[in-house]
Amino acid sequence: MVYAYYPGCTLHQQAAGFRDSTAKSAQALGIELAEMPNWQCCGAVYPLARDNLFGVVSAARNLAAAHDLGQAMVTICSACYHVHKRTNRLMATDQDARAKLDAYVETEYDGSGEVLHLLEVIRRDIGFDALRERVKVPLEGLKVAGYYGCLLLRPQEELEFDDPEAPRILEDLIEGLGAEAVTFSHRAECCGQYLSLSNPAAAHRCSGAILRSARRAGAEVVVTSCPLCFFNLDEAQAELAREDPEFQPLPVLYFTQLLALALGAWEQPWLPAEHQVDPGPVLSRFKLPVAEPAGSEE
Amino acid sequence: MTGPAEPADRLCRPGRLGFDELRLIDLRLSREDLRSELWQRLGEISGEKIVKCYQCGKCSAGCPLDADADPPAHQVCRLVQLGMVHEAMQTKTIWLCAACGACSARCPRGIDLPRLMEALRAMVLRGAPPVLHASELPKEVLERAPQQGLVGGLRKLSG
Repeated sequence: MVYAYYPGCTLHQQAAGFRDSTAKSAQALGIELAEMPNWQCCGAVYPLARDNLFGVVSAARNLAAAHDLGQAMVTICSACYHVHKRTNRLMATDQDARAKLDAYVETEYDGSGEVLHLLEVIRRDIGFDALRERVKVPLEGLKVAGYYGCLLLRPQEELEFDDPEAPRILEDLIEGLGAEAVTFSHRAECCGQYLSLSNPAAAHRCSGAILRSARRAGAEVVVTSCPLCFFNLDEAQAELAREDPEFQPLPVLYFTQLLALALGAWEQPWLPAEHQVDPGPVLSRFKLPVAEPAGSEE
Repeated sequence: MTGPAEPADRLCRPGRLGFDELRLIDLRLSREDLRSELWQRLGEISGEKIVKCYQCGKCSAGCPLDADADPPAHQVCRLVQLGMVHEAMQTKTIWLCAACGACSARCPRGIDLPRLMEALRAMVLRGAPPVLHASELPKEVLERAPQQGLVGGLRKLSG
């Protein structure tokens, strides 16, 4: 099954590690992600003003294009997922909005297409139990905090992704990779989002609370699927260390980077320039086993 | 600003409102207050019926920005209920809401508070200069922030 892959803007700019680890993991798992031609930025935020349909025009265009390809749309960035899933539902349930959007975009799309997050594709097409059998480098003993943030979970009635108060999908993935999923109180709390641009101190308090919560739970690494969560959590740590000399930095990774590492799909699935906190010290103990020389089994 | 300046000044100052301060606000409500043009527009843009709020405070209790919010989220609802839309538009709180949805996921009255906050922001921003300017962001933020954050932030904080 081929999916209409929508990478989004950030992956081709600041999050090449997210993009490349996704491509390598999908290939190792046999998930066919065909990047959509001529996709456009989804707008990054879903407009909440009910009279602002203009803010979802580009998402509507992307959805119609995926539908024309006859493929379900797959995203990996939490914001791309959030915006497309909600826009799709708007077009399926609000006839007035649909008529206006279709007229503007010049399509006849009715919201009947499917928008999936890569985590949902792995759960549905592979299954987390079966994923265990694909793992070449089990991440034994690694304590991982699966951080959801907001955009994957809320509003649940529109996204239907997971339980917003007690989500499981990241923990299931982490355990599927042989690692230990730590449950921490702030896994679905907001990182401060774009307040890091307009009110950095307030955003820092949000990110700091999340990182301290993950540390208290014993986490060695945090995984996310949101580039803005990644940025806020990774950038907050220097300041946190200044505030509290006891604070131990906590590397932040995209979930696909852990996946690529465990699948043996990419030897060092992170790009050092993209990280303020180097994941090397925590992850360098996980290496692909050296291949046996040919014929050694005989 | 126009309109009743005094209550807004009290509400916008740092710190929480005490009962004594709340008593100082003129609470006389008229039909005109509740049917003002601002009230109508707020209802249209947000799509929310704020009269349903019974002030339990669950939204503020779970708000990740509550430490900075002034006044707390449920008091913004209260201002709107009292017809003080203009005052609600002047709170610091509407610029702190990141629309994370923790409040609306837990609201026992089914109110989508991020939609109210966005409508209040929209009423300030439409036809007004943006609150966040790309030219004012530090160079290192522009270089390191993900496109998602830059696009999202600049869209949220401009008209």
